[in-house]
Amino acid sequence: MIPDGLKYTKTHEWVRVDGTEVTCGITDHAQSELGDVVFVELPEKGRVIKREEAFGTIESVKAVSDLYAPVGGTVSDTNRLLGETPETINKDPYGDGWLVKISISGQGELEHLMSAEEYGKLIGEG
Amino acid sequence: MEEKSPRRTPFFEKHKALGARIVEFAGFEMPIQFTSIIEEHRAGRSNVGMFDVSHMGEVTIRGPDALEFVNYVTINDAAQLAVGQAQYSALCYEDGGLVDDLVVYRLVDHFLFVVNAANIEKDYDWIVSNRSGDVEIENSSYETGQLAVQGPNAELVMQRVTNLKLSEIQFYWSAQGKVGGVEALVSRTGYTGEDGFEIYMAAEHGPQVWDTIVEAGKEFSLKPVGLGARDTLRLEMKYNLYGNDMDETTTPLEAGLSWITKLEKEEFIGQEALKKQKEEGVKRRLIAFEMMGNEIPRPGFDILVNGEKVGHVTSGTFSPSLEKGIGLGYVARPHTKSGTELTIVVRGEPASAAIVKPPFYKHGTHH
Repeated sequence: MIPDGLKYTKTHEWVRVDGTEVTCGITDHAQSELGDVVFVELPEKGRVIKREEAFGTIESVKAVSDLYAPVGGTVSDTNRLLGETPETINKDPYGDGWLVKISISGQGELEHLMSAEEYGKLIGEG
Repeated sequence: MEEKSPRRTPFFEKHKALGARIVEFAGFEMPIQFTSIIEEHRAGRSNVGMFDVSHMGEVTIRGPDALEFVNYVTINDAAQLAVGQAQYSALCYEDGGLVDDLVVYRLVDHFLFVVNAANIEKDYDWIVSNRSGDVEIENSSYETGQLAVQGPNAELVMQRVTNLKLSEIQFYWSAQGKVGGVEALVSRTGYTGEDGFEIYMAAEHGPQVWDTIVEAGKEFSLKPVGLGARDTLRLEMKYNLYGNDMDETTTPLEAGLSWITKLEKEEFIGQEALKKQKEEGVKRRLIAFEMMGNEIPRPGFDILVNGEKVGHVTSGTFSPSLEKGIGLGYVARPHTKSGTELTIVVRGEPASAAIVKPPFYKHGTHH
């Protein structure tokens, strides 16, 4: 499941662009690899992050993984729902399981992202 | 070093067909999960789950001096075993360090050791190198399949597929009979804290036994369970895992296994060192702790008391039953009392925890 309208990173994050604000999460492939997500640590609102910076962690029963910023900018919102129900990431990775919103510093931040087709090739689907 | 390709259990094709996520564990291609670790864990706690545990090793000891020899290489007292009975035990080195933990079965004409997958060759070599008297030692690990059916409904499912009267098999006892028409050893044992059975059969008959139990389990929604939930289930009971919570550098007295260390029985390997350690007192102990916040402890994290390092985490996970982080770790005395406040260093950040009295999960069938 790789929605067409989104952009992707090789570290399995997705990005939905809406003007200068983007919404980020992890892909269906990533949540499936992780298994049951039980804890998510996200950056504070207002934090300035650089592209590819490790800005949070996501833990499943078995393992912990870093979250990498798909774009640089300022964190404008985080998904508070995940504090209580981190399993939302497993159930709806592209919807209610989103992680953070980032105000990007410029359109250049989007240049490095992959299309759905490119990401599909990376993970061997489609 | 020669690259060895991983072994497959008799149930590998079953796991593939079910879409299990397969990982290499202790040299075996094993299912880590079928659908979800949490769902599989809950099946084991509240209903019934089936585990492929064929990676576990089997070593048989036969001959006129078998009992004496078994009692010499293991730390529990095998002389207490009646035919059909099983006991949790361990192998130690001369210095008291652990070679492995194991289950010892006394069967009609031999003893059966069930050992950890990662230690099969090491244990076999150790046992053979200490051979004494008239005994025959055989490694039958790779010709044996093993399944565990665990959970409150385990007996209901298993009774449908066996000619044995399961209600007559007590905890840590076994019987030889038929399961799905196949000759098998069935014991009321497990690694989950719940009621359940472990079933040993010749590897070639494994798939038939699997299919029979799956069929009988349909009515009970029996779920296949992977190694992921096997680990969370055992950890909630504070059952030690060799390689994590104990190894050749730890003794059974440090690992909380005094209850199987029969220092007063006849001579056994490691006895002297363990007697000495008991007299002097252990310097550290394996403790169980719960996190106060929502962090999850992982092996290798430092444990602090009042800012000073007193030990490290050996096992840690998210407990599906308690819905919080739990772990085991070695802590220097005197900081080992339950209630002691600990700091666990989680990727550089301090997190609060407290030592608790095990098991973490108090409602298991066995604890």
